[in-house]
Amino acid sequence: MADGPAPAIELRGISKAFGAVQANKDISIRVMPGTIHGIIGENGAGKSTLMSILYGFYRADAGEILIAGRKTDIPDSQAAIRAGIGMVFQHFKLVENFTVLENIVLGAEEGVLLNTSLGKARKLLRQLSDEYELHVDPDALIEDLGVGMQQRVEILKALYRQADILILDEPTGVLTPAEADHLFRILRGLKDQGKTVVLITHKLREIMEITDTVSVMRRGQMTATVRTAETSPEKLAELMVGRKVLLQVDKAPPRPGEVVLKVENLRIHDEQGVERLRGVSFDVRAGEVLGIAGVAGNGQSELLEVLGGMRPAQGGTVQLTGEALDLTGSRSDARTRRARGIAHVPEDRQREGLIMDFHAWENVGFGYHDDPAYNRGVLMDNDALRRDAEAKIARFDVRPADCWQKARNFSGGNQQKIVVAREIERDPVLLLVGQPTRGVDIGAIEFIHQQIVALRDAGRAVLLVSVELDEILSLSDRIAVMFDGRIMGERLPDTTDERELGLLMAGITDTDRPVATAEVEANLARSGGKAR
Amino acid sequence: MDFLTVVQILDSTVRLATPLLLACLAGLFSERAGVVDIGLEGKMLIAAFFSAAVAYSTGSVWLGLLAGVAASMVFGVIHGLASITFRGDQLISGVALNFLASGMTVLIAQDWFAQGGRTPALDGAARFSSIDLPGAGALRDVPFIGPIYDDLISGHTILVYVAVLMVPLSWYVLFRTRFGLRLRAVGENPGAVDTAGISVVRLRYSAVLICGFLCGLAGAYLATGLAAGFVKDMTAGRGYIALAALIFAKWRPWYALGACLLFGLLESIGNRYQSLDLLGLQIPSQFMQALPYILTVVILAGFVGKATPPRAGGTPYVKEK
Repeated sequence: MADGPAPAIELRGISKAFGAVQANKDISIRVMPGTIHGIIGENGAGKSTLMSILYGFYRADAGEILIAGRKTDIPDSQAAIRAGIGMVFQHFKLVENFTVLENIVLGAEEGVLLNTSLGKARKLLRQLSDEYELHVDPDALIEDLGVGMQQRVEILKALYRQADILILDEPTGVLTPAEADHLFRILRGLKDQGKTVVLITHKLREIMEITDTVSVMRRGQMTATVRTAETSPEKLAELMVGRKVLLQVDKAPPRPGEVVLKVENLRIHDEQGVERLRGVSFDVRAGEVLGIAGVAGNGQSELLEVLGGMRPAQGGTVQLTGEALDLTGSRSDARTRRARGIAHVPEDRQREGLIMDFHAWENVGFGYHDDPAYNRGVLMDNDALRRDAEAKIARFDVRPADCWQKARNFSGGNQQKIVVAREIERDPVLLLVGQPTRGVDIGAIEFIHQQIVALRDAGRAVLLVSVELDEILSLSDRIAVMFDGRIMGERLPDTTDERELGLLMAGITDTDRPVATAEVEANLARSGGKAR
Repeated sequence: MDFLTVVQILDSTVRLATPLLLACLAGLFSERAGVVDIGLEGKMLIAAFFSAAVAYSTGSVWLGLLAGVAASMVFGVIHGLASITFRGDQLISGVALNFLASGMTVLIAQDWFAQGGRTPALDGAARFSSIDLPGAGALRDVPFIGPIYDDLISGHTILVYVAVLMVPLSWYVLFRTRFGLRLRAVGENPGAVDTAGISVVRLRYSAVLICGFLCGLAGAYLATGLAAGFVKDMTAGRGYIALAALIFAKWRPWYALGACLLFGLLESIGNRYQSLDLLGLQIPSQFMQALPYILTVVILAGFVGKATPPRAGGTPYVKEK
């Protein structure tokens, strides 16, 4: 590549260690201007560290950075911005109670007084919006916008600072399929305008769909850089984990037994009196996985919380193996539910599944402290609890296999294994599981999926809530799609596809027109805006 | 209660609200930038002592003011070091400074002046004297307007007027300038400020320094304007009341004015009516004097409704991946 334009970004031998952990090891890549370059790798592979170095958050221990062919020192974010680098973080860096316009000018104001900067920014923003199809109301407060819109603001922020290089860290994690499509259209538009886009993701599909070239990272090292057109998802997956993985879950055909969970006309209001569940009915049989698909924030979380005993319901009935569950009052709590054989892997493991500053062994016992096996009279039998935890940690291959580590010190995948081990090892009648593999690396995903299928094969009922359509499609024996507190329909995984489910998730049923166009749009705009 | 009494109560309200208002605005700048400052009390106290001590020694209230402000700003820097640079707990740092101020002032006062932990009484040029606004004398005898202008508006010390002017000034700085935008942003989401290429540390230090400056004015006013000299623990919890007023004011300058005037009014009533006969029921003077403190408890107990503090308040900023 001696001729032609200089690479927009060139990294030479970048290394970075945090204590004993080598996060990046001798990484070199070149990204040509006007292309979309993907960086793919498991969680903890070092993708984010690498990009943080590029954005001046960390300083590399060794190596150099060349921007547009010139050696560039990036000691802080200011320098990165000057070098024309814009970054859209996975967790947006927006001030929630500021307007869009204020967020955009923050740090790039002209002059001491705000009015002049805001006026100029407003004009420029209109221009950028038209140019790149990035329409946002400049006077809206960030906290009123959906995630998709907030992401646009982040992109606009970068463009306002005249970034030529745009780095996006896991940008589709929170988006609906439709929003993700729109984002990709925007990214292609940016590429056509000559901008360079770096897309960090762990989703193979996105890499295949949009990138020109792709680099694979594994354990801090760059294992390969290839042209996307010349590779396949299977090859990339293998490069990511270093061994062949089954993207499809291997499972026997279901043998559904009797109805274990019967939910009828369930209704919930939230604290503001807004109806979150508007009469939901379904059942789950023994030996089957019912998958609930939907964009985050359409009532799935509330459904899990009611069934798990974390909040009361305002109407409807729930039966477990033919007996009604109390939906209000003192016997509607999680403890009673557990005693009845309902295990719950909550959606947010860090907030609801674990106490982050407690040790692994303590976390393995949570919710089951009353178990006589863990108690000696009024005292806890910590030794017994610890022995049990050690066994579970070994069986679930939690790494590091050290029950004295705090939950915080495990990676996302291993944290989730701790929660899943706690819940599944009780051999529950019904397993409620929310977002089992959110932020979990491929190796752990595979393992967790196998555990769920094994539980099903043992004749237990599983209710799976996930925003990942791949996961829903590969695990479920039946799929119910939720939209705006209702179940839009049920499908069988073999006879449906992502397109059809995507339409249902947007509130559009195959038989009729959109539920109400305005409502759909409002929901898309919100699109799990308050999702965690 | 006649008209003149009302004017007198209001007049005293303004005086008593002044230190609260200055401290409240001080806290506002600090907390808006995400640094919780429970040490307003200590800063006021140290400023009160040094302003009185220096004013007495030099005979110049202006030098006293300067010393008070400087002492308070030094405390601000210590708080900044503990809570910004070393990412310590902001509450603990603030409480420690309060204790330090409470003990140190008395100790030094005893050593310097040997009057039982107080400074000698100030007079003359060592105190702020009241300013008569133009025409106050001429208007004095005009009914209604006269007393209001002469007693209520005119005839305060310079710091009272400064405090009142600080309200629109704070509002303007916070909501109409680049600095204000950044300051508010750093209290809400320092990550956003950092990624925008602005130094979180520098912004928070400027907030802490402004806080020290305003607390310095408040303390100096206590010792050289409101009273005539320093006495042990003369702030009497005003720093905490200012914090309560700050919550009551929802971290907004104009509301802060209202909240501080309310607290000032209660204190003023408490001072004036040592004992009050209410429908034949004798209300003890202790109750009257406790009024501002009782209101503080009521306010903090959630009477104000939903007050959303700056989201990043109280947490040191650590860069995340």
